[in-house]
Amino acid sequence: MDIELRHIHKHFGPVHANNDISLSFRGGRIVGILGENGAGKSTLMKILSGFQPMDGGEIYINGARVDYTGPQAAIRCGVGMLQQDPLDVAAFTVLENFIYGQAGGLALKRREGRARLEQICSRFGFSLDAETPIAQLSIGQRQQLEIVRLLSQGVKTLILDEPTTGISAEQKTILFNALRDLAARDGMSILLVSHKLEDVIALCDEVAVLRGGRLVGTRDMPATTSELVAMMFGQELPPQTRQPLNLEGAETALVLENLTLRGKRVTVENLSLRVRAGEIVGLAGLDGSGQEMLLRACVGLIKPAHGRVMIGGENLTGAPYRAFLARGVAFGAAGRLEEGLVAGLSLTEHIALAHETGALVDWPRARRHTEEQLRHYNVRGRPESRVETLSGGNQQRLLMALMPPRPLLMALEQPTRGLDVDSSRWIWQQLLARRANGTAILFSSAELDELVAYSDRILVFYAGRVFEIPDASRASIDELGRLIGGHFDGASEA
Amino acid sequence: MKTRSLPLQIGLFIAPVILALALAALLVLAVGADPLAVLQTIWEGATRDSRALGQMVNFWMPLTLVSIGLIVTFTAGLWNIGVEGQMVMGAVFATWGALTLDLPQPLLVAAEIALAMLGGALWAALVGVLKTRLGVHEIFGGVALNALSNVLLIYLISGPWQPPEGGSVRGTPPFPDAAIPSFLSDTFKVSLVAVLVVVAALVAVVLALRGTRWGLELKATGKNARSALLLGVPTRRAAMSAFIVCGALAGIAGLYRVLFTFVSASLRPGVSGGIGFLGVLVVLLIAVRPVWVPFVTLIFAIVLGGSARLQIALGVDSSLAGVLQGSLVLIVLLFNGLRGRLAAREETSEVTAHE
Amino acid sequence: MNEELIRTLNSIVANATPLVIASIGETVTERAGVVNLSLDGSIILSAMVGFVAALASGSPVVGVLAAMLVGGLMALIVAFGGITLRQDQVAVGFVLTLLAANLAQFLGQNYTRIPGPQILNTPLPVVEQIPVIGPVFFRQSIFVYISYVLVFGLWYWLFRTRPGLAHRAVGERPATAFARGTRVNVLRYVYTGVGGALVGLAGAAYSLNVKAGWSTPPSMAGDGWIALAIVIFGGWHPFRVVLGAYLFAGLRVLANVIQRTPDVSIPVVLLNGVPWALMIITLLLVSSGAIERLVRVLPRPAQKWTRNFLRSDPPAALGTRFEPE
Repeated sequence: MDIELRHIHKHFGPVHANNDISLSFRGGRIVGILGENGAGKSTLMKILSGFQPMDGGEIYINGARVDYTGPQAAIRCGVGMLQQDPLDVAAFTVLENFIYGQAGGLALKRREGRARLEQICSRFGFSLDAETPIAQLSIGQRQQLEIVRLLSQGVKTLILDEPTTGISAEQKTILFNALRDLAARDGMSILLVSHKLEDVIALCDEVAVLRGGRLVGTRDMPATTSELVAMMFGQELPPQTRQPLNLEGAETALVLENLTLRGKRVTVENLSLRVRAGEIVGLAGLDGSGQEMLLRACVGLIKPAHGRVMIGGENLTGAPYRAFLARGVAFGAAGRLEEGLVAGLSLTEHIALAHETGALVDWPRARRHTEEQLRHYNVRGRPESRVETLSGGNQQRLLMALMPPRPLLMALEQPTRGLDVDSSRWIWQQLLARRANGTAILFSSAELDELVAYSDRILVFYAGRVFEIPDASRASIDELGRLIGGHFDGASEA
Repeated sequence: MKTRSLPLQIGLFIAPVILALALAALLVLAVGADPLAVLQTIWEGATRDSRALGQMVNFWMPLTLVSIGLIVTFTAGLWNIGVEGQMVMGAVFATWGALTLDLPQPLLVAAEIALAMLGGALWAALVGVLKTRLGVHEIFGGVALNALSNVLLIYLISGPWQPPEGGSVRGTPPFPDAAIPSFLSDTFKVSLVAVLVVVAALVAVVLALRGTRWGLELKATGKNARSALLLGVPTRRAAMSAFIVCGALAGIAGLYRVLFTFVSASLRPGVSGGIGFLGVLVVLLIAVRPVWVPFVTLIFAIVLGGSARLQIALGVDSSLAGVLQGSLVLIVLLFNGLRGRLAAREETSEVTAHE
Repeated sequence: MNEELIRTLNSIVANATPLVIASIGETVTERAGVVNLSLDGSIILSAMVGFVAALASGSPVVGVLAAMLVGGLMALIVAFGGITLRQDQVAVGFVLTLLAANLAQFLGQNYTRIPGPQILNTPLPVVEQIPVIGPVFFRQSIFVYISYVLVFGLWYWLFRTRPGLAHRAVGERPATAFARGTRVNVLRYVYTGVGGALVGLAGAAYSLNVKAGWSTPPSMAGDGWIALAIVIFGGWHPFRVVLGAYLFAGLRVLANVIQRTPDVSIPVVLLNGVPWALMIITLLLVSSGAIERLVRVLPRPAQKWTRNFLRSDPPAALGTRFEPE
């Protein structure tokens, strides 16, 4: 099946997410869609698969113009997309989920459905039991189910959005074999959206690179990592220069002893860690590999199954979050308006909540204080505006203003997620200033260059296992990418 | 912000009132009565003489108390439907004091108020514990505890507290004189002390919500409990305190119903008289803005006090008051939604215009 | 078997039936992700309308249809406020329940305590002869037989048909439903309306059969709230919902039996509190916090079983809005 995109445009508010993109894909080939976070690759694929309407442009399939009204219409045209978080129903069984959406009468026709499911599964070596509830499957299995379902619905072009996020190395091998088979034997087009270069190098025949909403170019594979990086970033990244930090004699901010954390999907076992004042520890890993649990355990939001958490020499294991706050810990969650800011409250009310401690609130003083803080933290907004009216960068700067000025330890989930380059740089200036005052910082990030640029040490999480890169200044982005994908040869387990 | 033309704004404000009145008029016609006569009867019923005015004030006081109590729980994001039962328990606790304690008048009245607050607060705390510790939604906990408080009330009236002359379920023996605060006059049966308590409660709650950390914490908890917790707010404690404050105010309201509703003060079945639910309507109507409470409750009290005469004067059931109030609040809620949709549409067209 | 016992069981089934129908109706609605909190008032109003319509037309069937229409319309107001106008479903439902109860009292003021048409018991031929089961389950009114059909029908619909998958998906994960071509908000309207019509049917079952006639205050007041609690206790599953309704009705009939028994020292009025105490207990039993506390004191082998049996996960998108882009 041949697909042609012509002059696709998409805006989100002021952001031009897709700017005049024209691309074509031919059947039988695996194409990697590459780009940084925010480059517009997911948006383009959602438009192609009917999940989002476009603002302008045309889509041609086998030379005929199509105009679809939703994902199901796209599937009828032969285009199906596997979302990063597979769109299924947790309360359904595998079989119900397989059947739902496929044409048919009133009856479920379970026997037919099961036969079809098993037939497609056996072709690719997927192991899916028809009666297992979706809630008990791993991400990898849920992806397999979605692929099987889309194939059963007659999809001829399969789009996969970051499919290797959160799946095991073994599942990845099975997935890649299936994709190669579909392209070679069935002549399908496979579009792989990824920012993991090793996956693209391993799998793709061709790449298309997006940057800032525009198409930078396409090329045939093979290509080296550095060639691809050059296309994605405009030039090869300069090696990071950093000041070596003298931590000798620094006090201990955080100690974890034989910590075991049990989550729904992963378990982090028997982790020990010591973080000194002024040290920055980056936590790398795919979403859901255990790093988020660790951050939350360090601030008392998750109770460890075993082991101890010590803050500034005091054992706070099992203590409530507020005890951690009182001991000088600050926490910043990734979802700013879900966990951190209160939509409906003004900026002044936020500042008062964080910094006014008396039983009575002195509003004029709180307002003056807020104005000061807004200036100091460069937040563009009025004290009386509601917090949800701020842009993402301003919200993040406000969150900084809400944190204590000299905490003992900061635990931050993806502190620059969704921010533009200037905002990110500004956030890091603030963090580095606090670090210079002796604050220890633990942060997670999906951006490899951010991890390498700012961490003193990096802990890499993979399916709950943890490996340490003791000197981050010697780490390369390539090496980090391999580790995140689960290739641990030569690294030391923490 | 959009500045829509003034007439349109006034229109959107008044339209629900007119619609609700029109609906009520249709219903009145449907049962074969004259809407204008009904309106006149209600107005006269509430204002014709000082006795009627007194009765109206005695509706206004408990309604205002529960409404400001509910402002507190709604601010914390809680549906305290249990407010009816909290009124009943306040009445029950205070009645125990009135019938058993032997104290001079001022002290006895003060003791009744304290007991009423205790009774209401305890019953509210039960809803709070079920909600914050045991995961039972406050609406269901509240509804069940309302019914249980009524069961207890009937049991007390028909059993341990029944008057010596016989086993009717009409009420306890009348309160001794010392248990009743003195009225302003024999025809205007309103207690100044009671009014002052209501005003003090109103002022205290408005100030506390605006000017204290407690008020700010309630607001944050109500809008986003997860973020509030991460900002260091003890959210469970905030929710419990909101329940307890509301329960205490509802308890006083229950006591007022006992003291001021009937010719002789005594605890009777149905003591809450639906005032608690009416308070929920008031707070939904004014979208949880405390300064509006006394005015809206005044209008509701006029309708409530006046409609009591409908049955006698016109043979029209007094539930018309509830219909009018309920449809007004429903229509206002729907209009709020309509306004939201209109605003959203204008915003979209604005964005398109900029491109 | 003992005549008296069979009569008691028969009466439990009869008394439970409006609760069964109402809570099955609410299950239909909540499975689609909408909370219709107006149940109590809806039942009262539809009971009144059903009675009056039957009286005026002389036909109980007209009464039943009118009651279902009222219940359906009430539910559609909730859907309109919650889905189209994006207001809080709980607020709209709660205001509506108060309004409907007042409206019933007002419009029904001239119809209290007067005789009217009733739907009488019609034993089902053949099956009524089965020992025990026949007299208990099949010497009943048409409402009871409808309730059997509804329970099995809803189970079959939800778990054995393709449209049932869409019905559940809309309440569990509307984004998925949208991706599979389901029109989320249209289905939500439909199932809210259908559920509301069943609530209206429950009202008719009261005023034309179980508590025939109309009175002020209405004799079925409060049952709507119990039906809402039964849906939670029943884990949104038709079979467990029906068990819950029979449990409540059983306890009520039992209280009546105790009331008639001489030499019982429990004051009669306190028995009226039994269903409400049971309501709190059942909700405690299925709330996750309470389950965990209970489970921890049990012996280990019983823990997993108890947790699974009592767990009742609401539809994941219950009470939320969905706006397709």
